[in-house]
Amino acid sequence: MKEINVNVCLGTTCFVMGGTNLNELLEIVPKKYGDKVKVSGSPCLGLCSINWEYSKAPYVKVNNEVVAEATVEKVLNEIERQMTNEQ
Amino acid sequence: MNNNSQAIHLKKEILIRLVKAFFSENFPQNARLIPYDMRPKGSEVPYRCCIYKERAILKDRCIAGLGFAIEEDDETRLLSDYAQKALEREIPQNDPLTVLDAACKGCVPSRVYVTNLCQGCVARPCQSTCKFGAISIVDGKSVIDGTKCKNCKMCISACPYNAIVKLVVPCEDACPVGAIAKDENGHAKIDFDICINCGKCIDACPFAAVHEKSQIIDILRRIKEGKKVIAMIAPSIVGQFPGSIYQLKSAIKKAGFYDVYEVAQGADITSLNEAKEFAERMERGEKFMTTSCCAGYNQLIKKHMPEIKPYVSTTKTPLFYTAELVKNKVPDSITVFVSPCVAKRTEGMENPNIDFVMNYEELGALFVGRKIEILSCEEEKFDKESSKQGRNFGVTGGVAKAVQDASDKQDSIKPCIISGLNKDSIKQLKKMAKDGCNSDGCNLVEVMCCEGGCVRGNATINNSRSAYKVLNEFVENSPEIKEPKK
Repeated sequence: MKEINVNVCLGTTCFVMGGTNLNELLEIVPKKYGDKVKVSGSPCLGLCSINWEYSKAPYVKVNNEVVAEATVEKVLNEIERQMTNEQ
Repeated sequence: MNNNSQAIHLKKEILIRLVKAFFSENFPQNARLIPYDMRPKGSEVPYRCCIYKERAILKDRCIAGLGFAIEEDDETRLLSDYAQKALEREIPQNDPLTVLDAACKGCVPSRVYVTNLCQGCVARPCQSTCKFGAISIVDGKSVIDGTKCKNCKMCISACPYNAIVKLVVPCEDACPVGAIAKDENGHAKIDFDICINCGKCIDACPFAAVHEKSQIIDILRRIKEGKKVIAMIAPSIVGQFPGSIYQLKSAIKKAGFYDVYEVAQGADITSLNEAKEFAERMERGEKFMTTSCCAGYNQLIKKHMPEIKPYVSTTKTPLFYTAELVKNKVPDSITVFVSPCVAKRTEGMENPNIDFVMNYEELGALFVGRKIEILSCEEEKFDKESSKQGRNFGVTGGVAKAVQDASDKQDSIKPCIISGLNKDSIKQLKKMAKDGCNSDGCNLVEVMCCEGGCVRGNATINNSRSAYKVLNEFVENSPEIKEPKK
């Protein structure tokens, strides 16, 4: 099975617009999925300078999928979705 | 508190758009267009009945962002007028809070109510438990007569079906001093004569109808004019932004500020003075002293509890000493206090050394609007490193601990803590003032208006758990206020 990479944006925009709660992902994901899913924080992913700018921040990338207005729940759902598609 | 709700996201977005408009080639015009940019023709209507109401409410939010009272708006003035007026303003408006009439849903009045879960039982414990004869049976079900009900809630606990509930108005419920209430039209109004500006109503309102009147335009104007605008950052700022506080310092300078000072530096002066004052008071035979650095508490004393004044430390606040220091060093500077606190806006208005006050949401909006990436900023140290104790002033227990550590006779201090002003803790303070002593033998009472301290202040960005972790690590690596005695 392909590995899933979760990238939480820690840029200023995402942090200010509510990304701080996403820190929880760094604890939850390894507990839930072990080493099947890798989660890491990243400096600005540059997503706030494309489409909706800051209005849909915070952003998280799950492999190549962008999760806008990200919450812990939305990101977990996206992980599940990709895992099911994989099978 | 939840500092990441949709409502707060919306407030921050407005601030960012105002910052961007300010730096555009036509500020008034672009400010006027903000509601249309956010809800363009044909766009989704996420919250209200129609797009026109959405825009009207966004316009009102912009009025607050431009620093004006929404209550005074007659709906005919354009946002461009307000933007122009904001540019011409010399002094910010009094009374830091404003209520957005059109966003206030006018929740149903606070009362005890029998829901349709009422089974119309034979026992009728609600009726027999009510001491005021307020409950009667209509069509086989219980009904409460509002003119007789005293809100004692006895019927709620008596009902075996949990069919009776207390309906609350969140802002009224959150206000510790009864300063916000629905008017005859069902909309919330603040009575500024008794409001202590604690900001609890901002947090409580699910419709985000309570706003702070921002001074961000006043600050940006001075920056644009090339004035020496100096940021004085509250200790609770650590953990509120990505990166270290030293990176934050250069990020703030990148946003146009001339220099940055830690208010923790002033907190060190407060601790030392307060420790001295405490010793003198105890020598005079006084039974207890309360701290005096919390602006919400100071408003409470002034407006509701003058009787406690003799027991309140006369030592000045960390902000007072910091502002004095900055103005002495750079006399032609414009000083801006950066904190998560609404009440500090009143301290800013009362002290000529403090020109403006800005909260963390506004500073965050400035970074986003100016595209400043804190994590890629250089680290820049402060001229003077503040102490561990001063840097911990924004956490419950931190002030009492600092005074204790700054004292020569640490054992003589028996601290206790009031973390969060609410109806109960206010009662407690009133009792102390009346008795002239504290029943559990404590002699130094630390009072903080926000539960948990400034780290849980109204306009914080990070959640308190994660912010506290970062702050704590920074505090642990800071120098002691005083060499511990060997």
